[in-house]
Amino acid sequence: MAKVLVFSETSGETVKSVTFEILGKLAGHTVDVAVVGDMGANAAADLAKYGAANVHNLKGANLDQYSPEGYANALKEFIGSNYDYVFAGATSLAKDLMPRLAGMFDAGMASEVTNYVMDGDNFAGTRPLFAGKVLAKVELDGPKPGFITVRPNALGMPEAPTAGAGATNEVAANAGDIKAVIKEIVKGASEKLDLTEANIIVSGGRAMKSAENFKILEDLAEVLGATVGASRAAVDSGYAPHAMQVGQTGKTVAPSLYIACGISGAIQHLAGMRTSKVIVAINTDPDAPIFTKADYGIVGDLFQIVPLLQEELKKVL
Amino acid sequence: MNIFVCIKQVPDTETKITPNGDGSYIETSSIKWIMNPYDEFAVEQALLTKAANSGSTVTVVRVGGVKDTEALRTALAMGADDAILVEADDNLDSYMTAKALKGAIEKSGKNPDVIFTGKQAIDDDCLQVPQLLAQMLGMPSVTVVDGCEEAGGKYTLKREIEGGALEVYEVTSPAVIAANKGLNSPRYASLPGIMKAKRKPLAQHSLSDVGVSTDDRRVKYSGFQLPPEKPAGKKFDAMDEAAQAGVVAEVVKLLREEAKVI
Repeated sequence: MAKVLVFSETSGETVKSVTFEILGKLAGHTVDVAVVGDMGANAAADLAKYGAANVHNLKGANLDQYSPEGYANALKEFIGSNYDYVFAGATSLAKDLMPRLAGMFDAGMASEVTNYVMDGDNFAGTRPLFAGKVLAKVELDGPKPGFITVRPNALGMPEAPTAGAGATNEVAANAGDIKAVIKEIVKGASEKLDLTEANIIVSGGRAMKSAENFKILEDLAEVLGATVGASRAAVDSGYAPHAMQVGQTGKTVAPSLYIACGISGAIQHLAGMRTSKVIVAINTDPDAPIFTKADYGIVGDLFQIVPLLQEELKKVL
Repeated sequence: MNIFVCIKQVPDTETKITPNGDGSYIETSSIKWIMNPYDEFAVEQALLTKAANSGSTVTVVRVGGVKDTEALRTALAMGADDAILVEADDNLDSYMTAKALKGAIEKSGKNPDVIFTGKQAIDDDCLQVPQLLAQMLGMPSVTVVDGCEEAGGKYTLKREIEGGALEVYEVTSPAVIAANKGLNSPRYASLPGIMKAKRKPLAQHSLSDVGVSTDDRRVKYSGFQLPPEKPAGKKFDAMDEAAQAGVVAEVVKLLREEAKVI
């Protein structure tokens, strides 16, 4: 059976939910988890509950804050020849870190798989390419371990946690030489979950007409606990920053609910949001391409429909 | 200053992608190819860095299989000084691509002070090459960069993370910097630029020239297929104000009871 390590991010007591998705999919295998830097006791307990055999907490100078070189050096030493595969959620940190780590081992890496099977020692994944316009089977070759990132929300949370042993083990780790140092972290406009991790997204297109009008989407998002996104047309018109862009030159998202407001549905946008589980579209044009992908299409004016939707949701949520 | 930019040629974002006959890759015969959109920001940043440091040169490097060299010519027309093409298949994996880029940069005989790339190519969406290349060259890397200031070989870089937050990095050259949209506004190639580009040097190498073989393949793809289509959804007409409240109530009910997502 393959020896598997899952790299997990924690923020205080909170473990990123994609870690639980990965652990759930690996149920039946013996899986260790590695966390770099500070980790709360509840976080360790949650990891155990979802199946971690051992939780290794790597600690050392210059490891409290992320740096690509520091984290990669620490993990490289810890991984050594102990594991066949290293998994991580495709978060902005892991997407930066994992290729660097793969390079240290001259190993292969599969980015942002949306599903996978572990058959004995062999990993086989499914990954979308061309922003999801096609799917392909992906396998790894070359030196071990193989590195894999998994798209958040793609696997879904495991139904019942399968408890592992979950023994926490503190590991003295070395950050080594760090040439790219973080001086400062500038807070973002949104305290909400990032689009790539959000469970519900409310998106606006060119028909929003102005940046100010995005307020009605934020109000709707507030009721739903959603994150607000935008189409490329809205971003290029200056209504929203690029960090909010969903699509082929923005973010690829996989929420359980995607509400597209005034988005006609260019091929690049559809590619970026098509793995959403349920899609609601609101548009005045009954022939807009977005309606071909929508589970529930509302032909109407978003400026009338969105406030009504907000009121109706307030009643039931 | 020796400035390098690594670019890729990818299918236009409007292209409909279909698997090829045996599902080993996509059908490439009728594709319109463009410079990877994120690479345009990398080229622009290289040109801005050159303009701020007299005596600098910008060398643009591409690994790719399409016979035409349009993306390289575009970069030369924007103002890059010379170009290197490593001829290869379209569907190289990230490891082979990074190793080929490293080989091509070393073969140029110029020590890079800085290497710009796009944050990811929009065809395979791997987001690996900048970090792999940096690791192979023993350089630091900063990815998803939408702010770049340089002074005396020191770079202050803004990297976008979750929720629109930014990590501000400080790094001394040489380094690999991977550009995000929003970093700058890429210039258009001028007509004189396009004419000049035709006479600029373009070196061509094979994969073996730059030390890459089929043993370097790390990722194997198969079974390319179109994603499953969803069955048609339900559509409601709410153009008439009188109908709106009823439609909205119905959709909310369906989201709760049928789709069970709220």
